[in-house]
This record gives sequence, C-alpha cells and structure tokens, in this order.
Amino acid sequence: MATRADLDHVRELMALATGDEKHEESSTSTLDALWVLYDRVLRVDPASPREEARDRFILSKGHGPSAYYAVLAAKGFFPEDVLAGFLEWGNPLGSHPDRNQVPGVEASTGSLGHGLALAVGSTLALRAKGSPDQRVVVLCGDAELNEGSNWEAILLAPHLHLTNLTLLVIDNHSSSIPMAPWEPRLGSFGWDVVVVDGHDQDQLYDALSSRPHERPNAVVADIPEGEW
Amino acid sequence: MVTDMRTQLARTATDLLERDPKVAVVLAEISVDRFERAIAMAPDRVINVGIMEQTLLGVAAGFAMEGFHTIVHTMAPFLVERPFEQVKLDFGYQGLAGTLASVGAPYDYGTEGGTHHSPGDVGVVLTVPRTDVLVPGCAGELDRLLRETYADGRLTYLRASVAQNDVALEVARGRLEVVRRGSRATVVVVGPVLSRTLAACEGLDVSVLYTASVAPFDSRGLAAVAGPDPLVIAVEPFYEGTLLPSLAEALRHVPSRFATVGVPRRFITTYGTAEEHDRELGMDVAGIRRRLVAALELG
Repeated sequence: MATRADLDHVRELMALATGDEKHEESSTSTLDALWVLYDRVLRVDPASPREEARDRFILSKGHGPSAYYAVLAAKGFFPEDVLAGFLEWGNPLGSHPDRNQVPGVEASTGSLGHGLALAVGSTLALRAKGSPDQRVVVLCGDAELNEGSNWEAILLAPHLHLTNLTLLVIDNHSSSIPMAPWEPRLGSFGWDVVVVDGHDQDQLYDALSSRPHERPNAVVADIPEGEW
Repeated sequence: MVTDMRTQLARTATDLLERDPKVAVVLAEISVDRFERAIAMAPDRVINVGIMEQTLLGVAAGFAMEGFHTIVHTMAPFLVERPFEQVKLDFGYQGLAGTLASVGAPYDYGTEGGTHHSPGDVGVVLTVPRTDVLVPGCAGELDRLLRETYADGRLTYLRASVAQNDVALEVARGRLEVVRRGSRATVVVVGPVLSRTLAACEGLDVSVLYTASVAPFDSRGLAAVAGPDPLVIAVEPFYEGTLLPSLAEALRHVPSRFATVGVPRRFITTYGTAEEHDRELGMDVAGIRRRLVAALELG
C-alpha cells in the first residue's frame, strides 16, 4: 500500500506539468481515484503496458490529464522527466492523452462522450476472448455525462450484463446541470451505484475493488465544490 | 435469382465469423434479420446495440482496440454522417482498423425521404485520413472486396447498394479496369452505375474505365489510359465532383479537362423508387447519356 510520501511525490510530478491551469481543477479532482486505481486495484504492468492479461483503464474525459500522467510516471510507465515537457513541441504529453504516444494510455480522448462506448466495446471484446476476470474501468466527469452518447452506453451496458465494466464518475460539480442524485438516475438504467468521498482513498478502494455479480457498477467520487 | 448486396454482406460476414475468431460484427438494428445465423453461432462476437449510432461506432472501436477485425453495419447516413466524430476519432485518430459497411446510399430507399438518403457519404468519409473507400458494383464484388480487406489493418468504408451491375468484374482495392477503349474521352465509372453507363455510351467513341476503389484510387491506371490532353468524365453514384481531386491528382502531369456525372448537390425532397430518383437526378441511362454528350460537346 502506498505511503503519504508516495502521493506527495505524485503531486510533485503533477507540479512539473505546467501550462494547463484551466484544467487544474479537472485534473486535481481525479488524483485520489487515479492513485487508488493504479496503486491498489488495476492489474497492469508498466514494463509491458499492452500485456494482454492487463485490466483496462480509459480516461474518457481526457481533460486535465496531468494527474493521470503523474500517476503513470510514478508507476513507471514512462520516465518522470517527460512531465517537464508537458504541452511542449516534441513531447508526447498533450492536454488530451494519445494512446499512440503515451505508454499506458488505452484510448485517445478529449472530445467528451467517447470513452464509455469504447469501454463497452472493450469489455465485450474481452468477454469474446474468454477473459472473464479482466476489468475495464472508464473515468467520466460529471459534466461529460451531459453528452447524450454516454446515455446510449449507460442504457446498453446493463442490458449486456457487463459485470466487468466499472464507470468511475468524478463529480466535481462542474456540470451546469446538476447530475445528482446518482443512485436513482444510474440505478434506473440498471447500474449498481455507490457514491463515495472522492478524496477518501479507503472509501474509493472499497468501492473500486468490489464488483457486483449481475450488473455493471458505477462509482461516483464526490468532490465537494471548492475542495478539489 | 440475383443476390442483393445487403444479403451478400451478411453472408460473407457470417462466413468470416465462422472462419476467423478475430472477426466481430456490430449492428444497430438494421439487417439484424439477415444476421440471425451469425448471432446464433457467435453471440459474443455479433452485437446488436439497438438504435444508438454513436455507441455503435464506439463499441466497434472498442472491439478494434482489442485486436478484433470489426465489421460495423447500418444505413449510410446513420453510419458515417450522424456519428461522424466517432468515425473520425474512435477509428481514424486512434489509428484503428475496421470495416464500416453501409447500405442505402445514395437514395436506395427512395420512399423514405431525405432523412434516409446519403449522397454525401463518400465525400464525408474521404475527409478522414488513411481511410479506404470501396463501392462494389454487385454482390459478387462486395464479397470479393470484403474478403480482401476485412483484416488488412486499415479503416475501410464499404458501400453496399440496391442497384447492381449485370456482371461482376475482377475488382480489387486500388484497381481500375479497362472495360472498353475509345478516343474522344475517358469515362471513369464507380460501382453500381457501370451497366447503365455502358448503355449510355453506346455509339460514343470513349474509353470506359471501371473501379470499385475510390480510395485508394488507381492513379497509374488512369494516367496510362488517358493519354495527353485528356478529357476525363467521372460517373459517380454519389455527389458529383467527389472523385475530382483523385482524377486531378492522377493527371497532374498533363493539362487535363474534367467533367462529372453524379448526384446533383441538392437536398432530395421527392418520394419514389430509386429508379424514379435516378431519372429525376439524371442518373438513369438517358440522363447519363445526356450529360456525357454535353460534356463531350463542351470538350
């Protein structure tokens, strides 16, 4: 299990990636959830980022990826000094992640509302391969869930009994249309829903490491306004 | 009885599903009845997502991310126009391969009205870099092209039509066939308008070249036949002028004149059969001949 020093180091790495301050809240609000995922939940190998047996993670919203990059670097997917060139010409780290340039990135995202359908397809593909234990986790922002494409996939995933799929919502209350209450909304589509404190790593771990047997699950990480 | 292209698509895809465990098919209600055997045979690899076209493309790209050769199918406007950003980003930008197989373009289901027409589909897809566009002229050609390309690691738009030519030619990706030779002009015909174009060319001293491959286009094949100071006329079953950039690129080394006989660039607001629309839009035998003769007279 990670120490406080580990997380402090990730924050130092985030501080290297400057120039995207408009997305600072978007990035910082994902940090605890991303760290829990990569430190304690996802089965991934930085030395072999496309290892077939890995779990999949898709940062659907794409926005504010400096926390994502910092976590990937801290875990050894690429050298930490790459972060210092964030957004600079010739550096692979842009303000939206590119699967073809950044080791560990599963999907090129940034245009909102694409990642969840990709995750549904990836989960179906893993099922077709006969890989019942591998997980697919997709992170969406609360405002991203304004996009109608997400609600297509939210309707579809329970219908297909995608129990290996986890939708992680970072609700930092950035949506102009309040998206809560989550339980009745997502639950009515057939999702298993739990809302946790988005900065409480133990709550995040408990929610992200449990899997329902019948339905896909949604973990909503609530970040109170102004506390990102 | 002649097999229609839509049925052939399902047959060939089902055969590929049976032979190759890396093939997956993603549908959005359209043609589900034709895939019943495939669904029964490989339920984990034949997915009907329902009426959700953005998710249709996203789910298919998710399969492609996992290494599957994905065949995605619905009607043309709902495959490449409505979810265009998914085509552009989920497949194109991510560098993923797959086959986007449509039916219904340009106005095959003519009683459905403009919401179901898609004469602009090929032009739209051509804006996505590194994408192939194949327009077979009959079921046999569709079968050949799908088998040739489904696992070639490229993104391919495969456009099935109700209209068909009388015979199948030896089509291939990137190939232009010389059907007949003449001296006044070179007529380049795409896909299912070949038979009617040949009828329209009766008595005209023109070469006729045929291709089912809009992209990649056989530039060398055209340059070899067109000769110096050529007049090249495209007969294209999509918006007129769509093929022009490819023709110009192929003949950039010689002064050339071009004309196009395609679907006029306007919304279609009439209802009726595809044949009635062909007549109205100048895409039947008489209309194609009239437009060819006009192009020849302008020279």
